[in-house]
Amino acid sequence: MPTPTVPAATLASLEERARQLRRHVIRMIAAAGSGHPGGSLSAAEIVTALYFHVMRHDPARPHWADRDRFVLSKGHGVPIVYAALAEAGYFPTGWLETLRKLGSPLQGHPSRRDCPGIEASTGSLGQGLSIAAGMALAGKLDGKDYRVFVLLGDGEIQEGQIWEAAMFAGHHRLDNLIAILDYNRYQLDDAVEAIVSLEPVADKWRAFGWDVEEIDGHDLAQVVPALERARAGTGRPVMIIAHTVKGKGVSFMENNNEFHGRAPTPEETEKALAELAVEAPSSAAGAAGE
Amino acid sequence: MFGRPTGKPTRQAFGEALVELGRRRPELVVLDGDLSKSTYTKSFAQEFPDRFFNVGIAEANMVGLAAGLASCGKLPVCASFAAFLMCKAFDQMRIGVNYAGLNVKFVGSHGGISIGEDGVSQMSVEDVALAQALPGFVVLVPADEHATRKVVAAALDHPGPAYIRVGRPKAPLVYDARPFDFAIGKAVTVREGRDLTIAANGLMVAAALAAADQLAAEGIEARVLDFACVKPLDRDAVQAAAEETGALVVAEEHLKAGGLGSAIAMALAETVPVPAEFVAIQDTYAESGEPEQLLRKYGLSPEAIVAAARRVLERKTAGAARVASRG
Repeated sequence: MPTPTVPAATLASLEERARQLRRHVIRMIAAAGSGHPGGSLSAAEIVTALYFHVMRHDPARPHWADRDRFVLSKGHGVPIVYAALAEAGYFPTGWLETLRKLGSPLQGHPSRRDCPGIEASTGSLGQGLSIAAGMALAGKLDGKDYRVFVLLGDGEIQEGQIWEAAMFAGHHRLDNLIAILDYNRYQLDDAVEAIVSLEPVADKWRAFGWDVEEIDGHDLAQVVPALERARAGTGRPVMIIAHTVKGKGVSFMENNNEFHGRAPTPEETEKALAELAVEAPSSAAGAAGE
Repeated sequence: MFGRPTGKPTRQAFGEALVELGRRRPELVVLDGDLSKSTYTKSFAQEFPDRFFNVGIAEANMVGLAAGLASCGKLPVCASFAAFLMCKAFDQMRIGVNYAGLNVKFVGSHGGISIGEDGVSQMSVEDVALAQALPGFVVLVPADEHATRKVVAAALDHPGPAYIRVGRPKAPLVYDARPFDFAIGKAVTVREGRDLTIAANGLMVAAALAAADQLAAEGIEARVLDFACVKPLDRDAVQAAAEETGALVVAEEHLKAGGLGSAIAMALAETVPVPAEFVAIQDTYAESGEPEQLLRKYGLSPEAIVAAARRVLERKTAGAARVASRG
């Protein structure tokens, strides 16, 4: 396990930020009446660490040529990214209430033409790693030092295109490309292990020429250093296998695949928000942001 | 071919145009899926090795890479056989590139059945239908080497996704080296005529000219329009042809459903409905064989166009007679 190098105050602030993003996720999916809470909640710490600590970006300049890029390949998890983009300042938090509604920039799955800060249009699973590799390739061509981060779903890597892209990135030693696997162990129909197993997943990525690290995807003391090491560069593309819990942070959603793609009822919403609030009694900063 | 002199294959003209444009456009990058000798992107690869990526046999990844490159300011051209590019990477074109509003060009070589001996798996008879189905896509099917150079340059100037189909065999010449006007969204009049119009693209423009020669010997003057640009369709040219000649034959090396004929039929129905006939591949696969044998067997010949012209002229005359008897 990586040695924690992140100051405790930073970790505490990021933990509260992750809870705040989770609250946004619950509220916006409840308001939309549809969406994918499970896979949004499992990625909360990863997305928080990227947008609020690791990535070089400037919400005032979403097209800044030297920015780090983030591609959400598992497009259905986009509520957690919308929450991060809003809190980072890409657009007003008020937009979050419009998720999935007619005319909203916040489409049901990511659309780069509609929403500032969204780098790739995804939602048809399997495409994001290729797109991220193309961005990484462009960075090499232009001699730029930006990094490209891409978040993959576990069920998603059953897609053949993922392995085409993995082979390409390994061959070209795209060390500016960092993939994170949100390994929450469930896909829509059932447990990943019950449908088509990914194991031994770390060996597979190593065999394709990637540096692989495995972490607890909810422990920011592991998430942040792993992302920072990858960002610094290892000479190869990096795969961070983040072991996560689907629905993390809301007791009745955790490992409950019913919440892969269903909105909470009003009662469930209230209960979820109560659970997400009580963990942070001392943080005024997070509450003030809402 | 079709009794006309041939020039270079359109795929070769594409490869040469790419090198030429690569010298002027530093943002141009080319991706190919292990077919660079066949698609002629090898010439670009030789001159610009840093801007060429042979992605291996992985079309979906190729198109995804192109999306990422385009989002960072590059101008990517993806090349492969038309069959593999359109069929294997359609979803990546649909969401990764087109829905995302990214500027990527797609060049499918070995379009149609005139590739010959390699047979059905390598032939593309559905590509124009698939490309046309993508919202906002520009779809281009040039007739010969001269048209190809124009079409490739115009596609690269166009600020959005475009599909260009080029072919394997030496293409019969329609144009010569003299300048002619080509613009996206415009048909090119290659022969004037008042009795009927033959609308064609790709190899079938030369077949249409050969057919027009045969018809002229019988005193029938056929207008020949080159619809190198299938989409956006030049509806004004279709309407003018309907108003001024009263009958159309559409000829293309593609399935009858979903190609140029379908687009023109819709334009006719919405403007000036006149009798039309369609010279195209029927609802079937072709087979291995020599290109000219195949074109003949599957109904893509000057003779087939002449026969269709006779049928459409009969319908035009019968229609005029019906109107006269009602009057």
